[in-house]
Amino acid sequence: MAPARRQPKSKYTLDRGMPGAFEGETVTRRRFVTGTVHGAGMLMTAGIVLPSVAFALGPIFKNVTLGWQTVGTPNDFPDDNYVPVVITTSPGIGEAGKSTVYIRKRNPAIDTQPPSEYNRWVAITSRCAHLGCSVLWVQAAEHFICPCHGSVFDLEGVRTSGPAPRPLDRFYTRLYNGVVQVGPRYSVNTELRAFSPRDPGEPLDGIGQYAYPSRPSVRKLPGSV
Amino acid sequence: MSEAPARPRRRRGPRLPLPPLPPAFLPQPPPPGSQRGAPQTPLEHAAEAGKSVVDWVDERTSLSGVTRWIMFRKVPKGTNWFYTLGSATMFAFLSQAVTGVFLAMYYRPDASGGAYESVRYISTSVFLGNFVRAMHKWGATVMVVLIFLHMARTFVWGAYKYPRELNWVIGVTLLILTMIMGFTGYLLPFDERSYWATIVGVNINGTGPIIGPYLSDFLRGGPEFNATTLSRFYAIHMLIIPGAIVTLILAHLYLVTKLGTTAPPWLKATPDEPELREEAV
Repeated sequence: MAPARRQPKSKYTLDRGMPGAFEGETVTRRRFVTGTVHGAGMLMTAGIVLPSVAFALGPIFKNVTLGWQTVGTPNDFPDDNYVPVVITTSPGIGEAGKSTVYIRKRNPAIDTQPPSEYNRWVAITSRCAHLGCSVLWVQAAEHFICPCHGSVFDLEGVRTSGPAPRPLDRFYTRLYNGVVQVGPRYSVNTELRAFSPRDPGEPLDGIGQYAYPSRPSVRKLPGSV
Repeated sequence: MSEAPARPRRRRGPRLPLPPLPPAFLPQPPPPGSQRGAPQTPLEHAAEAGKSVVDWVDERTSLSGVTRWIMFRKVPKGTNWFYTLGSATMFAFLSQAVTGVFLAMYYRPDASGGAYESVRYISTSVFLGNFVRAMHKWGATVMVVLIFLHMARTFVWGAYKYPRELNWVIGVTLLILTMIMGFTGYLLPFDERSYWATIVGVNINGTGPIIGPYLSDFLRGGPEFNATTLSRFYAIHMLIIPGAIVTLILAHLYLVTKLGTTAPPWLKATPDEPELREEAV
């Protein structure tokens, strides 16, 4: 014979005859203490875990800006050939933080973008747009060639061959107190439209500019291009 | 002697026999003429002391049952050398852990040149430094090769099927963690090859849509390779991933012990009781 079904307990403490109960109270002491201990435990766990995670993820949201770096005088750069210049992209780590930039004077016959104070010299990064190896400017071929996976870029840095998904990145340049300076990096799509700097391997044509959004850690120079 | 009366059959079915003990572990009768139980030689006294210590620990922890459950379990007929690939992988991991701990005594994660110098110091100046470093370097490759052999054995044997699916999932997670170990460890010597391989590797991570760029920033600790990238990789390599690997290996072994291993696929299952047969009604 099945045992008689137990009467379900009332949710009101008053109905259950608990000492100190009052009208409408539903939280028993046991429930209150259990909830308090669980809540305190969660609070303490969150107090340890959340700052640690934020600590590790912090650099994603920190905007890093590098100042302008002097690379030479206006006469150092012809308008039909690139001059390699070494700049610092990460300060404080010596050789590992340096990178080569190829610079030439803007040539209206080649460069069709409207002139501005930031593109009087064309500064092209040596970082391949495919996966970040160092491209080499080969003057005899008038192309940039990447040794890793064989990407080839023309005089404007636009890909002509190989796996790179977009042209080579560029740097803002300016004339400052009679010297040429190189500023922040920016990325360009195949039409040489400027975007916030992207990492290598990220296309910028069509849907690519939305699939690889600009990040909070790097923004292009505000108020230009 | 009369035959013992048949014990009444238990309602919950027959009790399964305990896993067998090897003969060396079974109690042996004393040789004739000796006093039962009394140690005679110094060796026997020492053995008695050892037994007391083991008994003392076992009485307070019941570890002997656990040990017997893990060590003396039944394995299916047809078990062969391919079944040692998992243990070989674990041994490779232990070797990596030990050599890694000792390499950490000399290594300095300093991106402005100190890292390369410390590795060069290990290779050229520390007693047996080149040997320990080579163990760690080549052991990493051995571990990856063994993992894939172990995985192939599991796949070909069909050992990932019910009820062992969860162990396959844990194993694949271990494979991914090992790959992360290889990726982060590659940067640590901080020579040209490490540097450019890491640049390329981080950028490959970045080619994942939407989250890829953020993942790159997380790995580098910023938009460019910088001073904290090396220490970040070092922390991931020596603290975060090894802890996760140890935890998952324990879970992996627990499930292996609990579920047992599979027989090779070429062996047909044979019923325990041959007289049991289906009757046509």
